[in-house]
Amino acid sequence: MWDYSDKVKEYFMNPKNVGVIEDANAVGDVGSITCGDALKLMLKVEDGTEKIVNAKFQTFGCGSAIASSSALTEMIIGKTVKEAEKITNQDIADYLGGLPREKMHCSVLGREALETAIANYRGIDLKQLKEDEGPLVCQCFGIHEKFIEKVVTENSLKTVEEVTNYTKAGGGCQSCHPAIEDIIEKAWREKGKFLHVREEAPKHKPVMTNLQKIALITETIEKEIRPALAQDGGDIELIDIAGNEVYIALRGQCASCISAAYTTENIEDKLRELVSPDIVVHLQSD
Amino acid sequence: MDNNATTKVDEMVFEEMKPYFISLYGNPSSMHTFGGQVGKKIEEARERVARLIGAHHTTEIIFTSCGTESDSTAVYSALQAFPERKEIITTRVEHPAIISLSPHLEKQGIAVIQLKVDKYGNLDLNEYDRCLNEETALVTIMTANNETGVVFPVEKMAQMAKERGVLFHTDAVQAAGKIPINMKNSAIDMLSISGHKLHAPKGVGALYLRRGTRFRPFMRGGHQERNRRSGTENVTSIIGLGKAAEIAQAHIEEENIRVKEMRDLLEKEILKRVPRTILNGDKNNRLPNTTNISFEFIEGEGILLLLNELGIAASSGSACTSGSLEPSHVLRAMGVPFTAAHGSIRFSLSRYNTMEEVGYVIENLPPVIENLRSISPYWKDGRPIPEFEPQYK
Repeated sequence: MWDYSDKVKEYFMNPKNVGVIEDANAVGDVGSITCGDALKLMLKVEDGTEKIVNAKFQTFGCGSAIASSSALTEMIIGKTVKEAEKITNQDIADYLGGLPREKMHCSVLGREALETAIANYRGIDLKQLKEDEGPLVCQCFGIHEKFIEKVVTENSLKTVEEVTNYTKAGGGCQSCHPAIEDIIEKAWREKGKFLHVREEAPKHKPVMTNLQKIALITETIEKEIRPALAQDGGDIELIDIAGNEVYIALRGQCASCISAAYTTENIEDKLRELVSPDIVVHLQSD
Repeated sequence: MDNNATTKVDEMVFEEMKPYFISLYGNPSSMHTFGGQVGKKIEEARERVARLIGAHHTTEIIFTSCGTESDSTAVYSALQAFPERKEIITTRVEHPAIISLSPHLEKQGIAVIQLKVDKYGNLDLNEYDRCLNEETALVTIMTANNETGVVFPVEKMAQMAKERGVLFHTDAVQAAGKIPINMKNSAIDMLSISGHKLHAPKGVGALYLRRGTRFRPFMRGGHQERNRRSGTENVTSIIGLGKAAEIAQAHIEEENIRVKEMRDLLEKEILKRVPRTILNGDKNNRLPNTTNISFEFIEGEGILLLLNELGIAASSGSACTSGSLEPSHVLRAMGVPFTAAHGSIRFSLSRYNTMEEVGYVIENLPPVIENLRSISPYWKDGRPIPEFEPQYK
């Protein structure tokens, strides 16, 4: 169970301002049932003063989404639109006494709904707003570049994991992670800071020729395997190598040992570790 | 109501374990009598576990730390024992203990084939038959699904694998102790068990390994478990698992009837009393203790939190409960629509649940659902908003 603050629990258990404002003049409808959370924020803004005299919400989502929505309405009632638009997602989280980091996207959902509602109040074409969001980055959750960039900048995010926590982007198939890394780097570059977030590519062993492989198998037997067997009075004879198949015989004490199969397994493991993971060792008896 | 997550340790199990914490604390590998008597008790536990699953030989039981270790041991052993085979077959609805291995295996050049399920969570045996081939190192398919309780025809699938010379492993973590298992005349080569799913402690498991099956250990070190699983035994928990296995075997039929009766009443009343609910899984082909129900147009975590306040513990396939952002991979594989997948709740009962508890849930759940739907933007006047509904029907 998530470690929710008492205030989150209170705002979830007894949410304030749930419902519909029939004559709302600012509506922000964000998220979707597919993504797992959605918020419809409705405001009644007073003509002339631009004061938010009423705010209500409907939320499909988890406990922290409902709590964030309710907290947001409490925070904005009585404020002017200009004052309200300064509220950040961090303000919402702080108001609730913090949110688990994996749930920060709930506060971002609130902030996004508020922005959309204000745009709606000002008569800005919401369709045009969507078109200005830049290319789609996260196909799974339908999240665009500009949105990620904005959340990264506002919250000083440095990792893909943080971006996922705050926006959900990258939380599905993960194929967009490189694109998110680029967005993070770009956002920090624009702040005048260099941040390298991409993980170092795994180092692959170069492909060996047959001769190189045979040489490495022989060397591994001489330097790693034979001395170990010699400690128990045993020895090894390399009979043949065919591709990844290595044919050996055990000599000395090892030849008559009841654990010969186990020893062979250990030899195979060592060759797989130092030569190639595809090596198969076959024990031959006289 | 969340017994597929874990179960209460049976008091008889705990009593059996107690002496081995303080007075009989010897190392079972020691040569002296003080340790030897502990070793004998472990062998008794091995016999009890073997009897629960009808194993031919007690030596076919290897004790592990959990079901996940048993699963990993089975998979990696098969791949190492048959290095020339570069493919495994599993399903899209396995437990993370198997699913999470896929990316790691694929990086090692192993192809992982995940079989599809239908809308009831059942597998297509024709698809399975087409996938089996000489490249297959292992088939690993769970006996019963942990989320829906759907039972797979693993015995038949194991026979099909055997006909092609392919090893077969089943994760029976949710099934062992709940439904009869008999390995005597089975074609299954390996089978995983977890202690804490059958009233033994957490942190102990077992792997059944049919005698003669090619095997490579997952953990190496000392000679414990006949070199097949090194490391000093988790003695008390192994003893607990043995006792729990004995109790489960003795009462499996009567308990199934009683638990199923409770589950069926719970399910029937919820589906009757709460509108827009969907039963996930195959109604007639599942574990007797599990029901998985989706409550459309609300999110599962909210349901769990409100139930928690009422003292009811359940589980959800909702993304928000897990830290992942996608709803249950099992429900998505079954094609459950998002409207329902986000709001799924699993109730899983055990021998310790009572009819009173079931009645308490039946009475208290409907207002919880109604409360959350009153907040949902997709719900109005006791039904989904009309403009929304057709999109997901």
